[in-house]
Amino acid sequence: MSDDAPIIELRNVSKFFGPFQALAGINLSVVAGERVVVCGPSGSGKSTMIRCINRLEEHDQGSITVDGISLGEDTKDIRAVRQEVGMVFQQFNLFPHLTVLENLTIGPIRVRKMEKARAESLARNYLERVHIPEQAGKYPAQLSGGQQQRVAIARSLCMEPRILLFDEPTSALDPEMINEVLDVMVELAGTGMTMIVVTHEMGFARKVADRMVFMEAGRIVEVAPPSVFFTNPESDRARMFLDQILEH
Amino acid sequence: MSATAENAVETSPRRRTSLRKMIGSRPVSVAIYLAVMWVIVATALKGAEAMGYNWQWYRIPRYFYEATEGGIVLGEIPWGLVGTLALSGTAFLLAVAIGLIVALLRLSDLIVGRWVARGFLELVRNTPLLVLLYVFYYVFGPIFGLNRYTASVGCLAVFHGALISEIFRAGINAVPRGQWEAANSIGMTGWQIYRYIVLPQSIRFMLPPMTGEVVNMIKSSAIVSVIAVAELTTVGRNIISDTYMSFEIWFTIAAVYMVVTLIISTGATVLERRYAVRD
Repeated sequence: MSDDAPIIELRNVSKFFGPFQALAGINLSVVAGERVVVCGPSGSGKSTMIRCINRLEEHDQGSITVDGISLGEDTKDIRAVRQEVGMVFQQFNLFPHLTVLENLTIGPIRVRKMEKARAESLARNYLERVHIPEQAGKYPAQLSGGQQQRVAIARSLCMEPRILLFDEPTSALDPEMINEVLDVMVELAGTGMTMIVVTHEMGFARKVADRMVFMEAGRIVEVAPPSVFFTNPESDRARMFLDQILEH
Repeated sequence: MSATAENAVETSPRRRTSLRKMIGSRPVSVAIYLAVMWVIVATALKGAEAMGYNWQWYRIPRYFYEATEGGIVLGEIPWGLVGTLALSGTAFLLAVAIGLIVALLRLSDLIVGRWVARGFLELVRNTPLLVLLYVFYYVFGPIFGLNRYTASVGCLAVFHGALISEIFRAGINAVPRGQWEAANSIGMTGWQIYRYIVLPQSIRFMLPPMTGEVVNMIKSSAIVSVIAVAELTTVGRNIISDTYMSFEIWFTIAAVYMVVTLIISTGATVLERRYAVRD
């Protein structure tokens, strides 16, 4: 596959929750290595859109292609896509009955069928990358929120995915812990990982985004490089949104 | 006048709490408990006396054990208890298997599976256990060649399997949705998610009601005495038909059931503590 062929392609994707239309004809292509930051008011469909990319939500219309696989009913295809697409959640969703190390190795061992020893050395390697190698033997509940979220990032990385999705990764964190997570994400961005990040952290967006995507009411209203988006957004809605969140 | 009334209003709550404290204290609680028990036992004894009941407690021990030349020989009641435990144990293992399958069907994406599970649950749950036993013994017995014992095990397993399926369902549903999403997003299969993520976490939620089911199983196993399967209650009935000591024997049998179920409840409390430590 050539470099500029999209690794993720959403074509005319719509999604309904009962009568409520969460996504209304979304078109978006992301190429390998690109960092896309998605922002917009709450309820605009940002989370729903990225959750459709690894099919935690099923889209109702349109097509989604990830790494050459079209997402449909086929569970084998879905699992194949999920192995290539890591996801970091707002609420961390670590497995509370497993230690940090076990949280990290369960995917490689059970899904990738890796030997335990290899999986553990892989896991320790990624714990090092998120700066908490000393927490391997603890249970998630014994860690701070920031540490838990970094474990969650390491858990995704252990599957060695080609794409990482972040669903408001810092929204559930106390303010003093936000930066330790964002730092890890900035470092990740430096490794060439394809990332789609739903976040309100505009400082982070300015630093790492190749493109900003602004959504409202289930539609993509504006797509622009951050230099343009933050200084001179095209749409009034984006301007209003930025005024509101950048006020302080 | 009004001042004293205010005073009374002011002090009475304090007095009430101190009274409550006194009633709640251990010696007073024990005393009240003993008084209540004494009233019940005394009434029962008086009633028995009035009807001229001839108590023969001294004849009871030999139904537990007898010292013979060859050593101590277990009597009928311990063997009945063994029968009860074997019957309930086998039926409980089967019931857990049935319960798990029904719960997974109920929670599956298969519409047919959900309906089958739902139908099974409602059918079994709304049939009296005694009727279900008759169905197993008098209907399924001849059809499928079940003897007394297998019919009893089957009946108890199916009846409690239905109840246990609800325990599994509640326990599985108590695991947050985010756990499924996290496991799904690393590409685990549905079976792997149940096996490694969801079921281990739901044990904590399921343990208390599951203990209740073990105790219920042991108690409801008594019903198979109506088709004369060898177990504790059947033993009791047999001894009474030989000796006419109905009061002593039924008190004794009840006490044996109580000892066994209390032991199980205590053991379960210990287990629960161990699983609760995690978070």
